[in-house]
Amino acid sequence: MAEFLSLHDAVARYVEDGATVAMEGFTHLIPFAAGHEVIRQKKRDLTLIRMTPDLIYDQLIGAGCAKKVIFSWGGNPGVGSLHRLRDAVEKGWPRQIEILEHSHAAMACAFEAGAAGLPLAVLRGYVGSELPNVNDQIKFIECPFTGERLAAVPAVRPDVSIVHAQKADRKGNVLVEGIVGVQKEAVLAAAKSIVTVEEIVEDLIAEPDYHPNACIIPGWAIDAIAVAEKGALPSYAHGYYPRNNRFYKEWDAIARDRDAFTRWLDENVFHQDDKPAGGEA
Amino acid sequence: MSIEYTSSEMMTVTAARALENGMTCFVGIGLPSEAANLARLTHAPDVVLIYESGTLQTRPEVLPLSIGDGELAESALTTVAVPEMFRYWLQGGKISVGFLGTAQIDRYANLNTTLIGDYHDPKVRLPGGGGAPEIATNAGEVFITLKHSKRAFVKDVDFVTTLGFGRDGKGRDGVPNIGKGPTRVITDLCVMKPDPETKELTVVSLHPGVSREDVCDATGWEIRFAGELASTPEPSAHELEILRELKERTERQHAGE
Repeated sequence: MAEFLSLHDAVARYVEDGATVAMEGFTHLIPFAAGHEVIRQKKRDLTLIRMTPDLIYDQLIGAGCAKKVIFSWGGNPGVGSLHRLRDAVEKGWPRQIEILEHSHAAMACAFEAGAAGLPLAVLRGYVGSELPNVNDQIKFIECPFTGERLAAVPAVRPDVSIVHAQKADRKGNVLVEGIVGVQKEAVLAAAKSIVTVEEIVEDLIAEPDYHPNACIIPGWAIDAIAVAEKGALPSYAHGYYPRNNRFYKEWDAIARDRDAFTRWLDENVFHQDDKPAGGEA
Repeated sequence: MSIEYTSSEMMTVTAARALENGMTCFVGIGLPSEAANLARLTHAPDVVLIYESGTLQTRPEVLPLSIGDGELAESALTTVAVPEMFRYWLQGGKISVGFLGTAQIDRYANLNTTLIGDYHDPKVRLPGGGGAPEIATNAGEVFITLKHSKRAFVKDVDFVTTLGFGRDGKGRDGVPNIGKGPTRVITDLCVMKPDPETKELTVVSLHPGVSREDVCDATGWEIRFAGELASTPEPSAHELEILRELKERTERQHAGE
């Protein structure tokens, strides 16, 4: 049953050094506030899983929290590179990290397999790609019924998944709206889960816009809920605030330079308890 | 009586014209997205645009900066989870065209978006595969659009992120349940199609004012030209007007936030 905790306490309790952590949100509802709390608590040696590392993992990598990153598209969308990710991969700053790269289809299937309790995901994928040459987690199997050669990847089973959502109710049920990405899969695939939300309402089912097919994660399938207003900035929260595209563009210059990045981290993360870093919506 | 336009506009308009009503198109971000939305706003209002963020049949007012901008969900018929997007809609065979961009492309239309140099000691690290590896094999066919340059058009890509026709042109032979692969490549200089036999990219149409030498100078291998080389039709005033309005709206919105 979901427990209501402060963001500080949720991260302190569930994110341990050396853990495998998935912070999901497909360009939407990216849990930046939670990522910043992980940085503030100086968690180390994390294996970070995310389809699109985005600025959130660029920041965690630059802050020295990661030892390994598993991803499928590592860029600043519409802008260019993730310079902290590149600096770590190419120059080992602030530490050497290992990367394991997939395609989106494979990672999406791997999250789904994790949620389904399966050891692997099977897909018609990676045909002719050289990614299997550099990622030993991509194998091929033969369909026992048709003989077709199919790709197989291990299920994603994080120690803890962290996602952001629009709202939770008093029973801890969580509503996710708009681009839902792999958030539900990430929560269900993980041993423990933290969901940050914009607000708490009395009862989701009594909300005027409730719909029987809404994407709701029941409170009994979640471990911790923490309120983090504007917790997805500079990404967006459908129905609450837009994406701060300008910050995504400004990030390029900040992240390009180690000193500028370190200053940014000091001013916007270490000395800003729980406040959104990434401009105003 | 010719209209003024840039080579980029020529590329986008030509890429847009490749799409038709009745197609379902899985759209990559950047140039493909610009072309696909121009098609939708001009000659192909019923073309179905799908983005990997799960937005089905979307009609954005402005071009998205990221693949998952709110605009895409707000203007979509429906939005599904990302696993459903890749499993049911793409792998399930519901996509007729995948429209992709790339950093590097070779003579067999293999795409590299992973890195320049050696994998374990890269000169330039690129974002990676994203949706492309499965879009390129599970969609009915693939259109590719990018600017023409020697850096981009190389004889052999440093890394095959996404299959065109493989390093020997035979990468799709005998593979069950696979799409036709790249059927055209649209650049700011020309249109290329794979040779029906060898699958090597061949120039089939030159844009107005572009010479064979221009294409050769911007291509990293000895590019072949079709026997009957066409001249790509110029953009119309209407297409240019719609494209420029779309780009202005987009810039205003992205600067304002």
